[in-house]
Amino acid sequence: MPLRNEKVEPPSDDKRWRIVQATMQRNGFERDGLIETLHTVQESFGYLDDDSLRYVAASLNAPLSQVYGVSTFYHLFSLKPAGRHACVVCLGTACYIKGMPALLKEIEKRYGIKAGETTADGHLSLLTARCLGACGLAPVAVFDGNIAGKLDMAEALNRLQEMTTVATEVESVREA
Amino acid sequence: MYERLEEITLAEQEVAERYDHTVNVCMAAGCMSSQSGAIKEAIDKEVEANGLERWCRVRGVGCMGLCAHGPLVAVDNGKPAETMYQYVTPEDAPAIVGSLDTAPVERLRCPTDVPFFQRQHKIVLENSGLIDPERIEEYIAADGYTALIKAITEMSPAEVIDEIITSGLRGRGGGGYPTGLKWTTVAKSDGETKYVICNADEGDPGAFMDRSVLESDPHRILEGMAIAGYAIGASQGYIYVRGEYPLAVARLKTAIRQARRVNMLGSGIAGTPFAFHIDIRLGAGAFVCGEETALIASIEGRRGQPRPRPPYPAEYGLWGQPTLINNVETLASVAPIIRNGGAWYAGMGTAKSKGTKVFALAGSINNTGLIEVPMGTSLREIIYEIGGGVSGGGKCKAIQTGGPSGGCIPADFLDTPVDYESLSALGSIMGSGGMIVMDETASMVDVARFFMEFCMTESCGRCVPCRVGTVHMHNLLDKFSRKEATPHDLVLLEKLCDMVRNTSLCGLGQTAPNPVMSTLRYFRHEYMAAITEEAADLFVLDPALSVSRNGATQRAPKLEVAS
Repeated sequence: MPLRNEKVEPPSDDKRWRIVQATMQRNGFERDGLIETLHTVQESFGYLDDDSLRYVAASLNAPLSQVYGVSTFYHLFSLKPAGRHACVVCLGTACYIKGMPALLKEIEKRYGIKAGETTADGHLSLLTARCLGACGLAPVAVFDGNIAGKLDMAEALNRLQEMTTVATEVESVREA
Repeated sequence: MYERLEEITLAEQEVAERYDHTVNVCMAAGCMSSQSGAIKEAIDKEVEANGLERWCRVRGVGCMGLCAHGPLVAVDNGKPAETMYQYVTPEDAPAIVGSLDTAPVERLRCPTDVPFFQRQHKIVLENSGLIDPERIEEYIAADGYTALIKAITEMSPAEVIDEIITSGLRGRGGGGYPTGLKWTTVAKSDGETKYVICNADEGDPGAFMDRSVLESDPHRILEGMAIAGYAIGASQGYIYVRGEYPLAVARLKTAIRQARRVNMLGSGIAGTPFAFHIDIRLGAGAFVCGEETALIASIEGRRGQPRPRPPYPAEYGLWGQPTLINNVETLASVAPIIRNGGAWYAGMGTAKSKGTKVFALAGSINNTGLIEVPMGTSLREIIYEIGGGVSGGGKCKAIQTGGPSGGCIPADFLDTPVDYESLSALGSIMGSGGMIVMDETASMVDVARFFMEFCMTESCGRCVPCRVGTVHMHNLLDKFSRKEATPHDLVLLEKLCDMVRNTSLCGLGQTAPNPVMSTLRYFRHEYMAAITEEAADLFVLDPALSVSRNGATQRAPKLEVAS
């Protein structure tokens, strides 16, 4: 029976750590719950920072190398904070055939970022997905969690424009 | 225990009889993304506003198949799916509800007497679009869990396996390994604990069959897994689902909870000593985790890297115990086989490929969506009759099957019957069932490059041929798609294909060259057209000599241009 350190203190007294703890508890603080735990951390905090990786490793009594290895191996985990808004572009075969590469290029040009990057002002993260499984609606993109299918250039740019301007407005209201 | 299922069935039928009309709104991912949630709400409100709650019920159901025409709404006035509406918007709710007692709304009508609906033969998808996936009662009323009860109360584990062997069912994940044989191996393996794993890591871009089954009829998978568990002597199962499928995960969780409540999962199922538990494990976006040993590593909380086989998971799998790994669709076929007998299933399909197969139609085709047809149906029938032909009036150039491990079948072979052997003979594979139609505008070199890029990024990095080979093949294909290739590149590309295929550790690397090889086989002229004229002039048959020539004459001028 490996020694389990269930009393590891979370990095901060943020309440979200309780959700993370609950996930680990559900898996009996076993190492095989690592991926589930990292999912929960990312859902709660948006990304995996160094502190959270150390905390998870200590709690599950797993080597830090395993935790870091797993979090970098899987595409869904991000070690960098995401932008305020996310646009996930599907690059599955059907979307590819239906003209997503051109669309992606245009978005990249418009916002001056490459896929996988976040704009300098932190407003928009442009991400790609392997296949969202909505091939019947290709080309597909997800704007802040809302899937939009049968996209064309104008529609996509419009959506992005809306998403980011709302952000700027909120920002300016907050500043004012 | 039988009685309990009967009670639920009777109660369900009573409820159904109480209503004159049933409005089914598709709540699978495809239609959900075009606001089918809002449509259901609008129809609900409309029914309430007209005081029809006692005569009309509104249900969210699973995928109806014709995703291209979504969101779909079906209205039953006694018979299931009597009227079907397409491209519905929330604003159409009053019209739909208003017409319940009169003639259907013509402008929204989706014809159901077309080949798309008539030619299909649904076994795996028999409940999809007809039941509410979030209510176990509806699954039970549709003969659900009777196969499990039959297996554990009337049959011995060996008889269950025999039935699967008789059915001729083969792995629907792509490999086509006989399911009965796999079950026998695991059943015979020594081990205190055995496991059943459902592989729902549907990573092939362009395939969405498993997602649809999980979202539309999750109990079918649980039942199949429990039967498999009984047959091989396992009491614990895992479903490994892609993290990209949140809706499927949520519905599976609900389903597991409900099945436990009616004692179709848990200890002492149906009053017998048989116990079976199911847990969900989430993937995190790695294509290679569809490979069985990588999948096991991932369930154990490690990086999803495959290991050499043998030992096969049937002997040494999850935590070193004998493990049965089956794909979603395979497990979804188990319950109907036990219910109706293996001989019934073997009566469909071709000599070597039995039963039906679900395909996801996508790309340049009119009726994109999900279909289930008997094995041996010809590609032409699938594309031109069921699929409604190529979209935009174009001509079909090739059909891609099997995703990054498959190949492109040129339009000349449209009359090929779709089964495991015929597709491999054409240099492609059945794969999990993604079928992407490409019209004349598609460049085959680009398609090959696309898949190679996929394999390159998805390579886990464990073995050299795959990690390095895919990068080099991708770079070469990139040259072809920029039309800057030399004849030597072609020689090198073919050599690399051969090397990567024969020396990689797992299926990902071994099949990565398939898209290149199949396009080279049928569309070689497109590769030839990408070779620059000056390079072609310099080409001598001896590749070694051409290397030196390339080095001496080809690259030098280019460098000058660049600087």
